[in-house]
Amino acid sequence: MSPDAGTRRRREIQVTVNGRSVDREVDVRLTVADFVRNELGLTGTHLGCEHGVCGACTVLVDGRAVRGCLTLAVQTDGTEIRTVESLAEGGTMHPLQAAFRDQHGLQCGYCTPGILMTLVDFLKHNPVPEESELKTALSGNLCRCTGYQNIIAAAMDGAARLRLQEDSDDGVRR
Amino acid sequence: MKPPPFDYYDPSSLEEGLALMSALDDAKLLAGGQSLMPMLNMRYVAPRSIVDLNRIQELQFCRRERDIVVIGAMTRQRDLEASNLLREELPLVVDALTHVGHLQTRTRGTLGGSLCHLDPAAELPVVALALDAKLHVQSSQEKREIAMRDFATFYMTPDIAPSEILTEITFPVRVAGTGYAFEEFARRHGDFAVVNVAVSLVIEADRIVHARVAVGGAGSVAQRAERVESALTGERPDEAVLDEAVRLSDDVECIADIHATVEYRRHLLTVLTRRAITRAAEQAVSES
Repeated sequence: MSPDAGTRRRREIQVTVNGRSVDREVDVRLTVADFVRNELGLTGTHLGCEHGVCGACTVLVDGRAVRGCLTLAVQTDGTEIRTVESLAEGGTMHPLQAAFRDQHGLQCGYCTPGILMTLVDFLKHNPVPEESELKTALSGNLCRCTGYQNIIAAAMDGAARLRLQEDSDDGVRR
Repeated sequence: MKPPPFDYYDPSSLEEGLALMSALDDAKLLAGGQSLMPMLNMRYVAPRSIVDLNRIQELQFCRRERDIVVIGAMTRQRDLEASNLLREELPLVVDALTHVGHLQTRTRGTLGGSLCHLDPAAELPVVALALDAKLHVQSSQEKREIAMRDFATFYMTPDIAPSEILTEITFPVRVAGTGYAFEEFARRHGDFAVVNVAVSLVIEADRIVHARVAVGGAGSVAQRAERVESALTGERPDEAVLDEAVRLSDDVECIADIHATVEYRRHLLTVLTRRAITRAAEQAVSES
């Protein structure tokens, strides 16, 4: 074994997770989804298929939605990770979460964290989406309960609430 | 499902990556990971080492150099989709990218990774064929250039040695009178294609002077429908010519699998080819 063999299987990484700085030594084969769940106890990120089909494990890495099961934790060294736990502020739900509750956008809720994190990324670039664009944006998130109708309704409503929030944040009423 | 154990290397320069690929036995390159990671998770593959290309900044770029567009092999699909340069010069790539997986997979997925993985139903190899792309491949010993049409040697088997790395892909920019079209049928948006067709036509003085018709999903590798191309070349793009050309797609290899029979694929191939060449011809006429 070469002297650096140990570092080939385990690595120290430094990441910011939901605003908190985290230093951890991890197995190089650990995925981001398992990292946040098993190492950090952030079990809001769900694992469905573990091969990149269902979208339940979607998290944001430097603001962009990725499949948590198809990215290694070592690859996120130096990045900022956001999971569904970052959405609510104190006891107040994020506008998307509130819209999903009000529109019955979830039943069992297993797919919801992945859908919410996908939408956070998508709506940042497309704040006024057409329904058809939302369907395409969410085509990588599988839901086996709802039949998607209420998810799309909730996403449209959530997009509107986010726009309102933006408006009130800059003090300009539009 | 978890990846099997492997030794992990994440070089920060191409030179370092090439040295690793020459020195290591049984090493697999990790690009965007949207195919290799599932294969690792399911333990279809268990390489001794993984050489991760994600820290090599010099492989992530997209720029115009005279009459070609050069794209670094590790450039993210999502960045290409948003590239104004591609929208302007290679809109066919942008069209096809909207069919490649989903938002989350395009964030990580790369152009070079898709071309080297060479899934027969993927979109990017088909587009690279239709656009006469050239692949620049390098080992620590030498550099070489290979045309996309020679790159696929067999089902999911590119002409690239274990010690080599795909560094960049070049595409000729479009000339006046070029029309493009991409057509795909998949079971769901973002799935691999049952059949897809990419077409590039150039029309000068009412006649087709250059035709590329590339087909994915139908057979074991992406293919050029060369008889269709020859039937179009030199002709006016009228209904009779297009109909006759489409009939000549019958030598394109079509296979049966769980999603479709040979007959179904052959039918789809003719329908999608007809749509694509019609649309490309209309665009070429309006651009010429």
